[in-house]
Parts: sequence; C-alpha cells; structure tokens
Amino acid sequence: MTAPLLHVRGVETYYGNIRALNGVDMEVHRGEIVALIGANGAGKSTLMMTICGSPQARIGSVHFDGQDITRLPTHEIARLRIAQSPEGRRIFPRMTVLENLQMGASLDALKHFKEDVEKVFTLFPRLKERQSQRGGTLSGGEQQMLSIGRALMARPKLLLLDEPSLGLAPLIIKGIFEAIKVLNKSEGLTVFLVEQNAFGALKLSDRGYVMVNGRVTMSGTGKDLLANPEVRAAYLEGGRH
Amino acid sequence: MEYFIQQLVNGLTLGSIYGMIAIGYTMVYGIIGMINFAHGDIFMLGGFAALIVFLILTTFIGGVPVVLALLIMMIVGMLTAALWNWTIERVAYRPLRGSFRLAPLITAIGMSIVLSNFIQVTQGPRNKPIPPLVSSVYEIFGITVSLKQIVIVVITAILLSVFWYIVNRTPLGRAQRATEQDRKMAALLGVDVDRTISVTFIMGAALAAVAGTMYLMYYGVVVFTDGFAPGVKAFTAAVLGGIGSLPGAVLGGLLIGLIESLWSAYFTIDYKDVATFSILAIVLIFKPSGILGRPEVEKV
Repeated sequence: MTAPLLHVRGVETYYGNIRALNGVDMEVHRGEIVALIGANGAGKSTLMMTICGSPQARIGSVHFDGQDITRLPTHEIARLRIAQSPEGRRIFPRMTVLENLQMGASLDALKHFKEDVEKVFTLFPRLKERQSQRGGTLSGGEQQMLSIGRALMARPKLLLLDEPSLGLAPLIIKGIFEAIKVLNKSEGLTVFLVEQNAFGALKLSDRGYVMVNGRVTMSGTGKDLLANPEVRAAYLEGGRH
Repeated sequence: MEYFIQQLVNGLTLGSIYGMIAIGYTMVYGIIGMINFAHGDIFMLGGFAALIVFLILTTFIGGVPVVLALLIMMIVGMLTAALWNWTIERVAYRPLRGSFRLAPLITAIGMSIVLSNFIQVTQGPRNKPIPPLVSSVYEIFGITVSLKQIVIVVITAILLSVFWYIVNRTPLGRAQRATEQDRKMAALLGVDVDRTISVTFIMGAALAAVAGTMYLMYYGVVVFTDGFAPGVKAFTAAVLGGIGSLPGAVLGGLLIGLIESLWSAYFTIDYKDVATFSILAIVLIFKPSGILGRPEVEKV
C-alpha cells in the first residue's frame, strides 16, 4: 500500500494545561473519503485544527504528502493545499460572498478564479444570487455553503470539512454529500470530514474513525462501522439523524 | 462670509494632515486591536527625516527644483518612518501579541517616549526651522489660498485614493481585511498574518511621514515634541470618525481641522483644544462607535 496522504501519529494537543487530544493515530489515503464521528467535545474539531497547525500538536507528528508538517506555521500548511471549512464556518463577515471566495483562491493569485467560481456556483446556486452580499448577512446554511465553497477554491489536495451538515436543511445536506461524492469520484478529491450526522457521514465514506475523549477508539470501513452494534447504540439509534 | 471660507480652507489643510496620520492609527487598530501610541512620533520622525534631506540637498547640492526636493524629502521620510515602525512592531509589539491587552499599549507609550527622546538627543531640543519652500499665494474671490495648502490637499487626496484602492481592490488589501476580521481563518487560507501586520505598520508609517513632510513645509519648523499634539489629535480624529474605519479617519481628521480653525477664528485660540476634545466627548456619548464606526454586533 502506498504511503498515506495524511498521517497523524500519536498526536496530543493541549489548550493550556488541558489535554484535548490524547494520542491520536489516523490516516487518510489519496482519493479517500474518511469520516470522523464522535460526541460533542470528543476532540474532533481540535484534530482538524491540529492538522492545520493551529494549535500545534505538543506530542506526536502530522505528515502530509511525505512531509512533516507538525511544526509548520498554519499559512504554510495551507499552501501545501490543505483547505479547511472549519467549525463555526468562519466567514469573513464584512466581505462580500465573492471576496470570501477570492480569499479562498488567493494561493494561486486568482489564476483560475473565473473557472473555479463557476464550479462553486454550480454546486451552490444560492451563492451566485448572493455574490455581492456581505458574508455576515447570510443565513447559517448559506454561510456553510460559502465556507465549503471557499475551501474548494483553493484547489485542495486534502479537503477538511468540519460538520458540513450543521445548520442545513436535510435536502441541502443531501446535496452537499452528493457534491462531495461527485468531487471525490470525478476529480479524485481526498476528503476528511467530521460529522455529528454519523449515519450520513458513514454512508458517504470509504472509512471512518470513532473518537471518544480525545482518542480514536474504533476504525473501519463506513459499512462496517454502520453495522457495528456499539456504533449503532452510541451514534445511530434514535432515528436517522 | 469670505472670512468664514478662508477658515474653511485653513481647516481643510490642517485636517488633511490629521487625516493622513489618523489612518495609521485606525489601520493598526483594525488589524491587531491596539493603539500604536508611537505613531505620532513616527509622524514627527518623518518630518525630521525630511528636514535632514532638505538640509543635505541645499547644502551639498543646491539649486534642486522645489518639486524634486519635496519629492525626495517625502520618499526618504517615508522609508525612514516605515523602517522604524516596522522595527518597533517586530521587537516591541509582536512578542506581546497574545498577552493581556494593556501590555502592548504600555509598550507603545514607551516606544513613543523612546522615539521622541532619541530625536531630542540626536537632533537637539530646539525648534528646527527651514526657509519657506513653497511661497506662492493666490487670491480667489477675496480668499487667500497658498500653494502650500493646495499641495497638501492635493497630495492627501491622491494618497488617500491610492490607499483606498490598495485596501479595497488588491490581494494585499484583501489579506489585510481578512486578517482584521478573522486572523485564524486568514492563516487557514494561506495568508501570512505576521507579514500582513508588518505591511500594515509600514503603510501607516509611510502616510504619517508624508504628513510630517507636509507639516514641515506648512509651518516651516519641526521639533522633537511635535509627535505629541498632532499625534493625539490624529488619534482623536480616528476615534471621532470611528476607529477601524478608513473613511472615518479621514472624516475625523477633516472635522478636527475645521473645528480647530473655526474655533480659533471666532472664539479664543487658547481654547481650541478644549473645543476639539469637548466635541469628541459629546460625539462619543451619543455615538460610542464614532461617526462611521460600526457597532460591535455581528451575526455569526
């Protein structure tokens, strides 16, 4: 098997003295969709941010494309084409939708901007209607689309999505999951996503990890995890989210 | 009526200088949320650099056309001030980023004292006069307008347009605004936040140095304490216009220039600063965010 695109080894991340990640091991291979599920506060978003070096792991290492990026500053990690749609969406509130997308494309100095923005607008036609509106005035769902769109504008090798379904209507969630699938199939986009919506995420993914209290406790293919009684009891029973 | 318009012209000139300084305060505040109290001294330093260049030009070269001399003075002033402000940010402010809010503020006051004392020691404590550089005066409908005033207003207008363009239309300006609005997200998108902050200090200093050169040309004199009063007034202008807002800084600068000259013209000149700061107090009571400032409420 070839070396993984992203390889996280024994990572421990702290906020002050509080340990948020407690020795995390996981990997993402080229062309995969990998899901990370777990309860609130398990450390899923912290892992996402640690991959991007903000905060940096205190112990352990993060390798991307064969390169050790554990101690790299965040902006240099971004330049390696790891794009993230982070927790809380983090839209620039006083920039227009178009400017937010331009920020996403700034790595290439807007070279492919016209072409890529059309793709994002095809994916999320709503953004096209709102392109000259300020980010802060968008609804939660629209901000979510913008956040994902902005990440896509960077032409990422690895796309990190932190709860892409949060705050969206079921129909739109379905659309976004389908869009991820399409990007993965047609362009070989590698995706690592964190989800509360465990059912949708595992169904979409090749593989999944389950995180509890800052530690990966289970891993397997999406199908296996979906069928696993423990996972079902903890994250799936009580209806399909 | 003519007297009134005359005062408007004077106020506009003074206000242009304040506005140019105020932009440095407002940009730095916008991007890292601190007041760079050394900014007024950067302005003074720009004036001194211009003065030194002027002396070199007249003593050693002589007969340089005025336009060229002014241009060289301005450019050297800009470079000197930019270098200083960049250094201050690197050594004094950056290490304190992320510490408690008062720390960089106190350091900034310290830097202000360092700069003015440095100039006092190296350049002497006395007023440094220069002969009038530009002395033409025009009479337009009974109003006296000097060429100096025209130069100041025109240069201000040009530089502000350039600034507006940079901030709103270029990748650099976009990165600055992104850093201002969400530093962490900007970094996630590949923006080198430290570099962007440095550039902001450089840009603010360059404008302040132009203001310093204009000030020197207008009053014909500069002294090491000159960073203080104009600095405080420019800071007031930035707050009055709404700190963090570029158009606000310019508007605030013009308003303070106008208040000062009109008050001096119609009332007593001794109380012009009282008038300025009273108006600031009144505006802040009724509109704490300043005239064009945005209230700190946002949908997230």
